[in-house]
Amino acid sequence: MCSLIGQSVKRVEDKRFITGKGKYTDDIVLPDMTHAYIMRSPYAHANILKIDTSKALAMEGVVAVFTGEDIAKAGINGVPCGWQVNFNTGETMKEPPHPLLVKDKVLHAGDSVAIVIAESRELAVDAAELVEIDYEELPCVTDPFKAIQDGAPLVHDIAPNNKCFVWELGDRQKTDDHIAKSHHVTTLEFVNQRMVPNAIEPRAAIGDYDIAHDKHTLYTTSQNPHLIRLLMCAFVLGLPEHKVRVVAPDVGGGFGSKIFHYTEEALVTWASKQIGRPVKWVAERSESFITDAHGRDHVTKAEMGFDKDGNVMALRVRTAANLGAYLSTFGTAVPTYLHGTLLQGLYTTPAVHVEVTGAFTHTNAVDAYRGAGRPEATYVLERLMETAAKEMGVDPAELRLKNFIPPFDGITQPGYQTQVALQYDSGNYHAVLERALEMVDYKGFRKEQAEARKQGKYLGIGISTYIEACGIAPSAVVGSLGARAGLFESSQVRIQPTGKVSVYTGSHSHGQGHETTFAQVVADKFGISMNDVEIIHGDSDSVAFGMGTYGSRSLAVGGSAIVKSIEKVLQKGAKIAAHKLEAAEADLEYAGGRWTVKGTDKSIGFGDVALTAYVPHDYPQGLEPGLDFSSFYDPTNFTYPYGAHIAVVEVDIETGKTTLKRFIACDDVGNVINPMIVDGQIHGGVVQGIGQALFEEAIYDSNGQLITGSYMDYTMPRADDVPMFEVDRTVTPCPHNPLGVKGAGEAGTIGSAPAVVNAVLDALSPFNIKDMNMPLTPQKVWKAIHNK
Amino acid sequence: MIPSEFDYIKAKSIDEAISLLKDGDAKLLAGGHSLIPAMKLRLNRPTKLIDISRIAEMKGIKQEDGELVIGAMTTHYEIMTNDLIKKHLPILSQAAELIGDVQVRNKGTLGGSLAHADPSADWPASMLVTDAVIVVAGAKGKRAIKAGDFFTGFFMTALEEGEIVTQIRIPLPSANTKSAYVKFMQPASRFAIVGCAVVVTGNGSIDDIKVAFTGVSESAFRDTAVENALKGKKADTETIKNAADQAAEGVSILSDHFAGEEYRKHLAKVYAKRALTEVA
Amino acid sequence: MNLTIQVEVNGKKHKSTVEARQLLVYYLRDQLRLTGTHIGCDTSSCGSCTVMIDGMAVKSCTMLAAQADGCAITTIEGLAKKGELHPLQEGFHQEHGLQCGFCTPGMIMTAVDLLSKNPEPTEMDIRHALEGNFCRCTGYHNIVRAVQFASAKMKEMEVASV
Repeated sequence: MCSLIGQSVKRVEDKRFITGKGKYTDDIVLPDMTHAYIMRSPYAHANILKIDTSKALAMEGVVAVFTGEDIAKAGINGVPCGWQVNFNTGETMKEPPHPLLVKDKVLHAGDSVAIVIAESRELAVDAAELVEIDYEELPCVTDPFKAIQDGAPLVHDIAPNNKCFVWELGDRQKTDDHIAKSHHVTTLEFVNQRMVPNAIEPRAAIGDYDIAHDKHTLYTTSQNPHLIRLLMCAFVLGLPEHKVRVVAPDVGGGFGSKIFHYTEEALVTWASKQIGRPVKWVAERSESFITDAHGRDHVTKAEMGFDKDGNVMALRVRTAANLGAYLSTFGTAVPTYLHGTLLQGLYTTPAVHVEVTGAFTHTNAVDAYRGAGRPEATYVLERLMETAAKEMGVDPAELRLKNFIPPFDGITQPGYQTQVALQYDSGNYHAVLERALEMVDYKGFRKEQAEARKQGKYLGIGISTYIEACGIAPSAVVGSLGARAGLFESSQVRIQPTGKVSVYTGSHSHGQGHETTFAQVVADKFGISMNDVEIIHGDSDSVAFGMGTYGSRSLAVGGSAIVKSIEKVLQKGAKIAAHKLEAAEADLEYAGGRWTVKGTDKSIGFGDVALTAYVPHDYPQGLEPGLDFSSFYDPTNFTYPYGAHIAVVEVDIETGKTTLKRFIACDDVGNVINPMIVDGQIHGGVVQGIGQALFEEAIYDSNGQLITGSYMDYTMPRADDVPMFEVDRTVTPCPHNPLGVKGAGEAGTIGSAPAVVNAVLDALSPFNIKDMNMPLTPQKVWKAIHNK
Repeated sequence: MIPSEFDYIKAKSIDEAISLLKDGDAKLLAGGHSLIPAMKLRLNRPTKLIDISRIAEMKGIKQEDGELVIGAMTTHYEIMTNDLIKKHLPILSQAAELIGDVQVRNKGTLGGSLAHADPSADWPASMLVTDAVIVVAGAKGKRAIKAGDFFTGFFMTALEEGEIVTQIRIPLPSANTKSAYVKFMQPASRFAIVGCAVVVTGNGSIDDIKVAFTGVSESAFRDTAVENALKGKKADTETIKNAADQAAEGVSILSDHFAGEEYRKHLAKVYAKRALTEVA
Repeated sequence: MNLTIQVEVNGKKHKSTVEARQLLVYYLRDQLRLTGTHIGCDTSSCGSCTVMIDGMAVKSCTMLAAQADGCAITTIEGLAKKGELHPLQEGFHQEHGLQCGFCTPGMIMTAVDLLSKNPEPTEMDIRHALEGNFCRCTGYHNIVRAVQFASAKMKEMEVASV
């Protein structure tokens, strides 16, 4: 039997989705279920003067209306932040409460004010129109840089100058010295714009309280049901965990936005017990736009110093990061530990210093969005590299290659210690860029570009290289940095008496294809058919524990936990096999689903051993029956995927419109279990990066209203906006996890945006435009060309 | 997203629809692609909907006395693919293909779009340059409104209360006529930031020309400055460029985060040039 | 106001009472429990709710159930015939044209419309035809390939049946 690892096995989960049999949260209907509508603030900042629910309560079909007053009376805490990031002075970060429903003062447009529960969706919406709320509007601030200036409207009284923290990493003195001594310094000041994640399935939650067993069930659109249970029980509702079940059924995309514990989850859980009936809430898209945690939103000044030979000497970064009005679950970690720690990039820069000020504003919360901090870091590095090359008159590819960290495998050669805390695991950074340059025919393109320009066509090429820290994370390390949870993963591998295998994983799958990839690993290791393996995830009552799916961690951490359990099964299986074969364990070898006595034809199959374990009549003395093992895997380091992306664009200089002609991605994600699935992750990730580079932007007006709050105003990339992609990879295994995998979920998004921006600016090089903020909309490009 | 409550009545004839419309709060429902989204947001809350989309006499495309007659409830898709249209008025087929997306084109109707008069809708520009006449019916009888008189302002038309757009009549163009509709799309909604329609008649030099824009101003308009700069002339590159440069002057220009006034006006000139070049 | 409508959904006739304001998508999901048709937005932009009505792809979130009276509707659940996947369903599976699966039913139904009108579309035809359907997972690359797969398969089937 050939190895299943490395095969593009078609996905086992597809069948239910292509036949319309997927089961998403909104597809669930429970007996006697009620429907909730959440009333939200139309203002960015306002005092609530009065709420009158009497008319709504009097309407037929209305079951209940709860307000912030009810939540306060019930003594319910707000949703917590999962990561404490302190001031560089040692002062504790400012951590205001985030109530389930606001009582006195709303802090962003979309803030929750009341929940109306009725017999039907229609009646809930009708009743909400009868709730009378009087507001007194107050001045607001939405930009993170403006927010931290003196005199800006204050979001929280406990946070002067709207500063949640001022955090730094790296050697400040050394970096300042190196910058001062540099032969050339490239400086950029830019905005990495705010993004709306836009999973196509809107968030939804159903609370179902069972009085007979005093047990709560929450169905929710989550990437990590166990984490939601942990946070909701321990921090918000004060419920005992064994009395709470959280189920994340099929989930229609997450991209980070469904990691976090949202107020609505706790609200429907609590409300269900109050009314004694299930309560369902489903976000409308316009609601998703203003309540799903957004991504990015940095205002940055970055300087890169070079010596006279073009070697990078130093990198200095100052960022104001928008956190929104409330701290989302990982909102504080993203602009700090997931951003600052990646500023080494692929380069040997000897001095790096970054300072990040976390700013409160009257906007929706900002948290992890695909890439989470790492796209922001990559953007800083790759825009600086490109600009520096242009300023110094050197080829941008050459400048990168010259400054890359030399290859190291992490086994015979040590990992690479960066200036910003991390130690890279293994890499051959030259190889990915050289391959990408070959794929695009870099030299040939320059000729084509020159020819085209003669005919008035503006072609451009842009390079971006990146490294990311995935497989989050060694618990002790992140704990020392302020994480309030461990970041291990659990698994259970249960061999059924017939030799069929049920695998329980804490890594939820919402598009990543775990049901296939994990089954490939299990079937391969056991030498059995994938049809005999089932991957179970997403239900806290069946899966023992889990930290969930984010940060490209599922295979590196969750997969490793499964491998540990597989090894335990095989060890015990060998004992049973040795007994049955009347041989010594040491004389057995396991292959193709059988234990064989080496050098003989005496063997026993996996299924027979499994049956023996459950029918232990003729059985090793002292050995427990059964074949069922659990494991927890806590990684020893992050994993570090990397790659090189190249975009080729044409800019219509009359209109400013950019057309993406080609996109090349050469990534190294370590070993690959299923190439088809990895390619798919890269494609999708790349388009989210392209979306940021060219199309997407959350824009708040001066009143704090999200003016790109619908698909009529927020440009989502569509099928006709992108070309077919050219992807390839190199393979440098991760040296510290059993599968040698690094993670592929975010790579596409992290590498792609700077490549596209660099390409557009390359196309426009005759116009001498140094920089433009994303997204590079036609209007913006046109204005830049005409210096407007 | 649930509309507020209303009554729904399916009208079987134009006369029935007219008599049902006498109720002040009633609204007509055609393809529904403008009205239903507005009702879901509760921006529009009629108490009664009269579904006119199935009225047989309001559907279809036929040739009649030197005119093409398009029933108001004909869908964008039907116009896009109709042989008579492709033969005589290819500009309509070209414009239809640029509307919304497949699903919208399958359901949305010409009459519904015209009556809604969205300033960024595609149809109005083509209606203006093809000399379309919009036939409306009401309690007082039928009347025909020239496209040039029909679009009166921001989401406003010459339709009077109780009137229904029943058909669109367009004269068959002469043999030496060329036309084009080009569009710079708002990338999110796919409505027109600039839509430019051109119909030109002539052999070698331009005998007659009509240029109209949608998306640029509060309502679609004919741009006579561009037309006058071309009439009687040969459409060479230079002439076209000079004419196009006069586009969208002296009108109020729409502005949003995709296209401010200055940029939108510039795009109007670029798209005038492109449309004119296509027919030159 | 309640109305009685008669529709044929996936070959099965239904006589149902609906509220006048009931959107077709809610009728399909709530009353007929055909939950394969999804709701992804409120501006008829995303295409997740696409179904075939009398052979044409339509966004069921922008249509009243009442408007569908007398129509034949096909949803994703009705696409496979006698347990045999439609070539498009097979194409999406073979070419990894889906990840989270949420946009997939609408995407497939729109592609059904395309292939019925244009059996051998070019890549650009496919991309243009799918402009009313958002996918946030796949980057569209494999969706295009899935439609190409189906187009080739349908041609093969046609040849075989002649």
